[in-house]
Amino acid sequence: MAALQLEKQRGRYAALAIAAVVIVVGIPLWWKTTETYRAWLPFSEISELDSLQVHALRPSSRQNHVCDSIGSAMIYNRVFDKADLSLHMLSESSCGSVVVYVIPESSTLLPEDVKVYVGQRRTALLRSPPFKTSWNLKEVLSNLDVEVEQVVSTMSFGHQDIVAALSNRVRMTKVTKESMADSMRAIKSSPGYEITFSLLNPDPKSHSLHWDIEGAVQSYIQPLLNKLAPIANFSVDSQILYYAVLGVNPRFDNSVSAYTLSADSLSHVINPVEARLGSNAASSNPVLNFLLYVPDAHHSPLFIRDHSKRKVPSNAFHSPRWGGIMVYNVNEMYGPEAERPVDININMAKVMGVFLAQLRLMLGVQHTHPPTGFVLQSPGSAGLADWELDRLLWSRSVENIATASTTITSLAQLLDQIGNIVINDNIAQQVSSAVTSLQSAVAELEAGNLAFALQYSREAILASERAFFDPSLLHLLYFPDDQKFAIYIPLFLPMCVPIVLSLLKIVSEAKKRRADKQAKSD
Amino acid sequence: HTHLNYKLGLTLQNRTSEALTPAAAARDEFQEELVIRPLHSGDIYASFQFRTLWDTDFLQEGQKVSHYRLFPKSLGQVLSKFSVRELHISFTQGFWRTMQWGQPFIPSPPGAELWVWFHDTVSDVDGNWKELTNVLSGIFCASLNFIDLTNTVQPSASFKPLGLGNATDHRFLRYATLPREIVCTENLTPWKKLLPCGSKAGLAVLLKSEKLFHSSFHSQAVHIRPVCQDEQCTSKAWELRQTLNVVFDLYTAGQGKKEWSLFKMFSRTLTEACPLATSSKVYVDITDNPELSPATPLLSQAVVLGDRRTYSVFDLTRAETFGQLRSLNLLLRWKGDGEMLRPLLHAERYVAGFGLQTGEIHTVIYNNHPYRAFPVLLMDSVPWYLQLYIHTLTVTSKSRDNKPSYIHYQPAKDRHRPHLLEMLIQLPPHSMTEVTVQFERALLKWTEYTPDPNHGFYVGSSVVSALVPSMVAMNTNFTQDQPLFSSFVPVKEESSYFVRVYTEPLLVNLPTPDFSMPYNVICLTCTVVAVGYGSFYNLLTRTFQVDEPSLPLAKRLANLIRRIRGVPLLT
Repeated sequence: MAALQLEKQRGRYAALAIAAVVIVVGIPLWWKTTETYRAWLPFSEISELDSLQVHALRPSSRQNHVCDSIGSAMIYNRVFDKADLSLHMLSESSCGSVVVYVIPESSTLLPEDVKVYVGQRRTALLRSPPFKTSWNLKEVLSNLDVEVEQVVSTMSFGHQDIVAALSNRVRMTKVTKESMADSMRAIKSSPGYEITFSLLNPDPKSHSLHWDIEGAVQSYIQPLLNKLAPIANFSVDSQILYYAVLGVNPRFDNSVSAYTLSADSLSHVINPVEARLGSNAASSNPVLNFLLYVPDAHHSPLFIRDHSKRKVPSNAFHSPRWGGIMVYNVNEMYGPEAERPVDININMAKVMGVFLAQLRLMLGVQHTHPPTGFVLQSPGSAGLADWELDRLLWSRSVENIATASTTITSLAQLLDQIGNIVINDNIAQQVSSAVTSLQSAVAELEAGNLAFALQYSREAILASERAFFDPSLLHLLYFPDDQKFAIYIPLFLPMCVPIVLSLLKIVSEAKKRRADKQAKSD
Repeated sequence: HTHLNYKLGLTLQNRTSEALTPAAAARDEFQEELVIRPLHSGDIYASFQFRTLWDTDFLQEGQKVSHYRLFPKSLGQVLSKFSVRELHISFTQGFWRTMQWGQPFIPSPPGAELWVWFHDTVSDVDGNWKELTNVLSGIFCASLNFIDLTNTVQPSASFKPLGLGNATDHRFLRYATLPREIVCTENLTPWKKLLPCGSKAGLAVLLKSEKLFHSSFHSQAVHIRPVCQDEQCTSKAWELRQTLNVVFDLYTAGQGKKEWSLFKMFSRTLTEACPLATSSKVYVDITDNPELSPATPLLSQAVVLGDRRTYSVFDLTRAETFGQLRSLNLLLRWKGDGEMLRPLLHAERYVAGFGLQTGEIHTVIYNNHPYRAFPVLLMDSVPWYLQLYIHTLTVTSKSRDNKPSYIHYQPAKDRHRPHLLEMLIQLPPHSMTEVTVQFERALLKWTEYTPDPNHGFYVGSSVVSALVPSMVAMNTNFTQDQPLFSSFVPVKEESSYFVRVYTEPLLVNLPTPDFSMPYNVICLTCTVVAVGYGSFYNLLTRTFQVDEPSLPLAKRLANLIRRIRGVPLLT
């Protein structure tokens, strides 16, 4: 009997030992060998990005004293833009800062009614309000505060620009319709853009069109692009498309004896044309299209009308984030008996004026609405003042930072939620480099180094997108769980059933023995 | 939903409109041409050629070509981005029957074919090639992205550049075919989009897919190469040639009458030339005296592929071509007499053997010239999963061994590179030369099979290139007004002309596994493991006790008897 007990005990121990081996060795081994590789990600730093706060530093405003010599120099020069230049030479203002010069109330440098003059570079002249001679310097300066604040808010990055830059990511409640439109218009920040000019000639039988696009790009577009070089790489090309027609039939208006396109129909114009434009095969940068449409002989002249049924003076319109279209009527350039096809040279100055304005909008050069009494110097040949460029750098950096941080946080969230995704080392590396670049971008932005901030933010975007769109993330994503179970069940079921049964038996026996013992002791 | 806004143009200051120079005299020109040739089989062959010639250089250092007029921008960008020197791409549906139809103007194999010469400044040719095929598959809506290293070869002799320059280093050449590619409307539309007039005017109005794809043979191609600008060849120009060849089988459809018209073929008639074209012509082959209406006084003679043909020419740039009706509908009626010139070179190919283990590829090349022998270059590119036994390669002509004078063989690497076999074979006059090589079919991994593995695997056409001795003197003069169909391959000497013949692609069956096998294997293995484990577990945990062995049956019977007898029992 004792031998039998011993034997039963041995069986029990064996069952327990096997269960222990399965639990201690088998399960971890299986877990380890079937685990997906997941490299370490800086989750805590990423979650900090989620509530990122940029302590934006407004351009430092310095107030220079009215210095007699400067004053006389300016009076001597008499002309604002020369004064602007000489002031620029006098104190080289760094990127991202604005220098405000205060001139005496009595100065004849600015015309009577002009209070503030904003130059082409990063300088502004401010006519000081009247003050008593008894005031000391501090009092004089505090007296100026309101005006200086006004100048700075005109010339630098303000609330409006932040709204515009972040409109993609953040839903804001207090947004005016106009600023919303402004922000929707600008094309998304990208490391490069392709600008394509297309001449649409739907009627090559009547019109033989010539445009000197090469020269026009050189003289009108290139200066602006050179100025914008720190923001992105631009490449410009052009093509001529024949038999390309607009998507809508213009209506003949007897009152003006011309064909008209109403504002409502403009949205249908682009799609059929777009099929002909051709995608850019050689790069994946966003494309900005500028189309010059010369209506065919039977449908000219063609005019665009706005919502209030008035003729649009430029005869052009633009589609946000896509490009612009200009209608160029040529019917007045030849008589009815002219020999077909008529050779026509297109006036590129007129065309490029419109396209340049549209390009500025697309690139996000915001419209400034200066308060009364402000005079803005025209941006000159480059089409962009220095302070406008600074503003653009600002908003691009902020937009890039916002984009990169959303990409990174959503990637982290995704990886956190779906355990099946393999995270390779290169992805982890991209993510951490994106995070470091983001942090440096924010730091540089706070320090006011716009150029570095933009560069870091661009690196952050590149790294985050590379991580986000890495194809290795998808390898095991769609390996369904039920298939896994289908494969494991033939092995696991026969293995686990005896172990579980014998464990149950051991437990029930132990219970019974305890009950017996209790009965005995009672 | 598009948001629209209007903005006034900037008034540009300090900028007077510059003196408008008339755009630099058109440095690009466009020509279009259609050749119609009745075939002796009763079919009709229509061949379109569109040529854009642009006096520019895509490969110029430092200067980007970015302003396009007639040349399509998408192709121009591809040329400069990938430093392409020469690009030939063709999409073909159907097989050109050389023996019934004669030689085509520009031959092409069934499926898609792409061969590219890169500029010799390219350092990473394979990388460029990979990217280029992806971009082209986007431009032409074709599955060229399936071209990879496993079906790309670098032929050493068969594909020489057709344009300017004498590149000989075949490291910069890539050649690939996709014999399985199916060509349809979605390939035609992007091809038409590359034409300056699109399909709105000129000859291209005839290109309607519902007719073009209802035919025995359809082939569309794009050839880009640098060419001489003029006779003296002082400057280089880039030529884009778009060709479309189609063979209509109207004979069987038209109750056995040999009667054709433009309208019957294309369901359109011609009304105008493309206004951008400097020349726009229709050639009709009237060598065998078919009845043609409207008649035209313009005749042209051309020597094409060793044959002197007479053509009626219709010049679409002249108004009188269209007559009173302002539309040109050519009518051709033909009795069908006259002998067809037997093609001098012709090739066929088939797979022999039985079973799923080994097989034999036979390539048969015919020289139909009555008294001249000439050499041909045979190029074969065989996928790695047919493992060629190159020692079994035999070349026999007139039942005698015919030793190739040049053999270039590059063995395949499994999953990396196909076999490439190039041979220079001398074909005796009026003979049949047979090239055979044995192969073994490889077993693929289960993920490498196509979705329909029992359909078989395609092996691309072999290519036979040759300079065939001509019966008539070829025209070696380079003139501008030569018809396009006779000017594609430059003729270097009067006595011979260049011909390329493609054989049929092969369809080879590979041993196909049962695809539920992996799951079955997993289940079976798991069951075996589980059964083994079960008995092991049983053995370990079972309680053993000593049992009194019961007596065997014989002893028990004996005991029964013993009990009756009263004798002590056995134990």
